[in-house]
Amino acid sequence: MTRILKSREILLFGIIAILVAGFSSRAPGFAEPKNLAGIFNDTSILIILALGQMAVILTKSIDLSVAANLAFTGMAVAMLNAAHPDLPLAVLIIIALGIGAILGAINGLLVWKLGIPPIVVTLGTLTIYRGMAFVLSGGSWVNAHQMTPVFLNTPRTLFLGLPILGWTAVAIVIIVYIMMNRTFFGRALYASGGNPTAAIYAGIDVGRTRFFAFVLSGALAGLCGYLWVSRYAVAYVDIAAGFELDSIAATVIGGVSTLGGIGSVIGTVLGALFLGVIKNALPVIDISPFWQMAISGAVIILAVIFNARAEKRRGRIILRDKAAKTYQEATA
Amino acid sequence: MSALPEKRHIPDRLGTSLTRLLSSWEVLLLGVAIAIFIANAFASPYFLNAWNLSDATFNFTEKAMIAFAMALLIISGEIDLSVAAIIALASTAMGAAAQAGIDTPGLVAIGITVGLLCGAFNGLLVAGLGLPSIVVTIGTMSLFRGISYIVLGDQAYGNYPESFAFFGQGYVFWVISFEFALFIVCAIAFAILLHATSFGRRIYAIGNNQFAARFSGIPVERVKFILFLLTGLMSGIAAVCLTSRLGSTRPSIAQGWELEIVTMVVLGGVSILGGSGTIGGVVIAAFVMGLVTFGLGLLNVPGIVMSIFIGLLLIVTISLPIIFKRLKSGKKA
Repeated sequence: MTRILKSREILLFGIIAILVAGFSSRAPGFAEPKNLAGIFNDTSILIILALGQMAVILTKSIDLSVAANLAFTGMAVAMLNAAHPDLPLAVLIIIALGIGAILGAINGLLVWKLGIPPIVVTLGTLTIYRGMAFVLSGGSWVNAHQMTPVFLNTPRTLFLGLPILGWTAVAIVIIVYIMMNRTFFGRALYASGGNPTAAIYAGIDVGRTRFFAFVLSGALAGLCGYLWVSRYAVAYVDIAAGFELDSIAATVIGGVSTLGGIGSVIGTVLGALFLGVIKNALPVIDISPFWQMAISGAVIILAVIFNARAEKRRGRIILRDKAAKTYQEATA
Repeated sequence: MSALPEKRHIPDRLGTSLTRLLSSWEVLLLGVAIAIFIANAFASPYFLNAWNLSDATFNFTEKAMIAFAMALLIISGEIDLSVAAIIALASTAMGAAAQAGIDTPGLVAIGITVGLLCGAFNGLLVAGLGLPSIVVTIGTMSLFRGISYIVLGDQAYGNYPESFAFFGQGYVFWVISFEFALFIVCAIAFAILLHATSFGRRIYAIGNNQFAARFSGIPVERVKFILFLLTGLMSGIAAVCLTSRLGSTRPSIAQGWELEIVTMVVLGGVSILGGSGTIGGVVIAAFVMGLVTFGLGLLNVPGIVMSIFIGLLLIVTISLPIIFKRLKSGKKA
């Protein structure tokens, strides 16, 4: 199993490398380290969001509310910054993580305690959270001149050629990687999605694990709220509209199974980078940015087909064989 | 805790206890609808006016037409998130055809054909290749709407023939609009299909236990393919109505409708896990959502705040029965 996953990541990495090489033959300079760092930086928010999404999907759930959570939290910290410019940035970031985690916990509680399917819960909270962002702001924008320089510039500060925004993504990737592979919680995520019944016998509280997956996804979405607002230097109700689909697309392209229990951090990061490379390459090779949506749609479909081949859901196939056999016996 | 296998309903008890449970859900929902109606009548003096009420139906008729097909799909255990994108693609195709000088009957045929083709594509991927429908339709949702964006970019189509306006703006009798009449016809047709034909029973069987359905000789894949085709067809019809009503096509047309349609279906008492639900419930849910948005609109509540109410409505109506059931049985998790 690990070999399949590993080869899948190598394959994805190879595809990205070929894409970059292809684009740089059309547009020299595309493969330069500076441009690649730019693409990575540009994809940072998607990477962070996709990792949270991955934790949720691993437990056989889905979080459609991440983008709305991002919009609400981004609006909240931007308004806080505009109203109280003297609050240190660290406090704002902690508040962003906190608000995000609370919104995630609401999702998690509804899924855990009431047993409502995650897709229904997050479909509801998706509209509620974005509506709350409107109520909070009254529909008005927070513009760059209302934000403090520290708030705006910290994620853009260059460090070893990569902005802090990019380094944040690197740090989150490392933390989530260690968490997924080296902690009880990380392994519980895989177990509760891979085989919930077996997980219960192994002493894992599946509901609780799912709850904390939502909290993690929410907290990361909250962090992305701050990053998004400072990167684009504006906060309004509709920021990141539809971005939840990008986060799901990144995980699916990265090989995370929506049936739960399968997926890796590296794969998810590569999935996000794949989307990032395409997004950044289109203008370079003179294709209208309007193509991007259709391309990512086609890629998602291809990735799903590919995933299904790699996973080969055995349960169904065994039953089919059995059905065929009983049929033969009956006719014989 | 997640539901353990032994909690599953045993088929021979389906006839009595389950129908009672469902009817009580619909009665509850009907109560909500009446309460909202009365509250609206008190809140705004403009509410109780035949023409205003007729206008209000446009809030939900197009969505409800798709919701009927979506209900069958969700009962069978699948879902289609690409419906709004199908509307966008069908509308774009009709716009391009209108630009080329094709007349109303041709436009309608094109809209419906594009809907059917999109539905067939989804059906092929889900039923043919056995892929999970949530992700597949998230993909096709991007793909279909993406094609609209490629064709239109930031432009819009607008030159529809005059006779084309009938589908979205015409009235068949007094205040009864063409769309509302079509909504009623679809409701009856889908109710018969789901509740009075063997095809309908097969949908429930597949949703309750796919493997058992297969062993009982139900062609699971074919039924699912037909359901995706049906959803595509209804999306095409909705595209005709919506395009005719708006008189123009932008790639962002019907953005976010898939969520509202799924909300409508779930609010109508259809289990998102498949296997149960009625068309009657979906009809009432359509009225509830239409009344809520219309009433709030009369009170000058902005659209995005309405969406909070819709979201809360969805979560609260699903949570309450669960909480009550828990309190009744006395075992708190």
